Amino acid sequence: MSSSIESMVNKEYAYGFVTDVDADTLPPGLNEDVVRLISKKKDEPAWLLEWRLKAFRRWQTMTEPHWSNVRYPPIDYQAQRYYSAPKSVKPLQSLDEVDPELLKTYDKLGISLTEQKFLAGVAVDAIFDSVSVGTTMKEELSKHGVVFCSFTEAVHNHPEIVQKYLGSVVPYSDNFFASLNSAVFSDGSFCYVPKGVRCPIELSTYFRINAAGTGQFERTLIVADEGAYVSYLEGCTAPKRDTNQLHAAVVELIALDNAQIKYSTVQNWYAGDKEGKGGIYNFVTKRGKAQANAKISWTQVETGSAITWKYPSVILQGDNATGEFYSVAVVNNRQQADTGTKMIHIGKNTKSTIISKGISAGEGQNSYRGQVKVLPRAHGSRNYTQCDSMLIGNRCGAHTFPYIEVANNSSTTEHEASTSKIGEDQIFYCKQRGLSAEHAISLIVSGFCREVFKELPMEFALEAQQLLGITLEGSVG
Amino acid sequence: MLKIENLHASAGGKEILRGVNLSVNAGEVHAIMGPNGSGKSTLAQAIAGHPGYEVTAGTITYEGRNLLEMAPEARAQAGVFLAFQYPVEIPGVTNAYFMRSAYNEVRKARGEPELDPIEFLELMDQKLKLVDMDTSMLHRSVNAGFSGGEKKRNEILQMAVLEPKLAILDETDSGLDIDALRVVAEGVNKLRRADRATIVVTHYQRLLNYIVPDFVHVLAHGRIVKSGGKELALELEAKGYDWIGEAA
Repeated sequence: MSSSIESMVNKEYAYGFVTDVDADTLPPGLNEDVVRLISKKKDEPAWLLEWRLKAFRRWQTMTEPHWSNVRYPPIDYQAQRYYSAPKSVKPLQSLDEVDPELLKTYDKLGISLTEQKFLAGVAVDAIFDSVSVGTTMKEELSKHGVVFCSFTEAVHNHPEIVQKYLGSVVPYSDNFFASLNSAVFSDGSFCYVPKGVRCPIELSTYFRINAAGTGQFERTLIVADEGAYVSYLEGCTAPKRDTNQLHAAVVELIALDNAQIKYSTVQNWYAGDKEGKGGIYNFVTKRGKAQANAKISWTQVETGSAITWKYPSVILQGDNATGEFYSVAVVNNRQQADTGTKMIHIGKNTKSTIISKGISAGEGQNSYRGQVKVLPRAHGSRNYTQCDSMLIGNRCGAHTFPYIEVANNSSTTEHEASTSKIGEDQIFYCKQRGLSAEHAISLIVSGFCREVFKELPMEFALEAQQLLGITLEGSVG
Repeated sequence: MLKIENLHASAGGKEILRGVNLSVNAGEVHAIMGPNGSGKSTLAQAIAGHPGYEVTAGTITYEGRNLLEMAPEARAQAGVFLAFQYPVEIPGVTNAYFMRSAYNEVRKARGEPELDPIEFLELMDQKLKLVDMDTSMLHRSVNAGFSGGEKKRNEILQMAVLEPKLAILDETDSGLDIDALRVVAEGVNKLRRADRATIVVTHYQRLLNYIVPDFVHVLAHGRIVKSGGKELALELEAKGYDWIGEAA
């Protein structure tokens, strides 16, 4: 069975192309001058430079964490470039002013801004390399008082909100990668939804890594004021590269009283070739803070990257707050993923749900790592965790590392875990009904992930299923 | 329709079928009987193309084509259907979605247009009646959490939907109570047609009271050792398989 299962080969990464744009790029290396230069290039206020420098100094005292279940050669942080911006990034009045090369790139990715404008209610803040280029549907959003712009614009136009919340959930000292990001972040997205406003459209950002050897350090900040609601979609593709590319993003979500934030990710960065050459190193810190009666939901479909290190978490600060984490993580070939969540119950009657689906194929290694922490004050809190792993073939691995700490006796936590294998019998059953092996795999895997897919916005759910099919193509014969 | 000649097959290096010969014509119902371990299920799986069974010698010709050269899904699309002894569970995939996917693959192979979900549900309405099931089962995951009887009925439902030319029922009667047995048998009988054939693999004569075969074959030690009409099944019931073993 194993030989037939491994006999089919992978489809080439469909988005592996490089756009020829004259980039404004710093030489490799990192020191205080680089941090100052990034801040200066972005014309930042003094407080932000100070914050970056504090982060940088802190970072210098830290060592790269190695507790996760992933293996990779040492990263030379002095060999990375910390800033790269397409030159044509001065404020643009219309799409006509955008570098046509960029527009072509978006076309290849199927996210042409021209089309997007007219598409069903999705505003796109497209990030090309490190700087945002073009934001759509701003007018529609501004009617409702919703601010959705690049991080850099937000620093200039809404400094009071940025200053108040930046680092309030993920402090600059949080962890090695978050500190690095805080020091050198180039751009990202910012969203503010005012009190009582339900954001009328789903907000969407496409991240893209270009320029060889350029580390990517996006910073996203989303604030939902009291009683507000916002759904945010993040989707990713990256061009093919031979050298590993470092990516260390930070996402902070703030849901004030009675607010709700739904954050969905489809991550399809270049995973490296079959031998594990190339591919993105994805070290991400994502965390949200939910105040009283607020709700934060993370939904992620992770199919790309050579290494994924990512734990979207929720601090359940206020009473009756809710945190949710729905995850599908797929590894194939030599991919490694160590991903999960942290649910920190601080308020009374807080509730968290964790549904994790890990799929391993090829020689992929997939680890779920999750922490559920219930503090003494968090009376009546509840957690439900379900953690399922699926194995395809005999050379992959699935690992589960749950950490559960409960400090009061009126709370309940439940943890369920299962491991299954796509069996030859399941595939044969499907084939006997006329389905091809690929169709069978995609059907079985979609069924396995159904609880997560149903949490995704419709357009994402379809894309996610297709991605899964592409990622696993060739893993079963 | 189906011609099996000198079929040898092994599983895990062990030879199970040792020269099976069998001819099945359109419109006929054949029963394959035999003691446990005689190779009945292996024969069924080999016809369907299960990769766990290696055909080491012999031929299977189906409608003039070399069946052994066809992939399992191609065999299915060409009208070969196996009702599994142990139907497989596919959690999270609804029966309706699974059956529509299968049905549309078979239609595509026949050069017919695919059905959309609405049209398919209309078709299912009629088919469900055949096996006395209600629409709620369409929304349940394929075989997941089904009772033994439900799984077997679900196999017959799939058969009713796919309308195969050659249906092989592998121990469909095992684990069924008498009422379920009758429902399943009636479903099979309603699908009998002059241009279709059925192979019923069973250990017991009981099912053959309801699905009356034209021919009965006894398989022992990987060979068909005796063939006859429906009365052979009754004789086996009375005398047991030892009698055949001695005769062989």
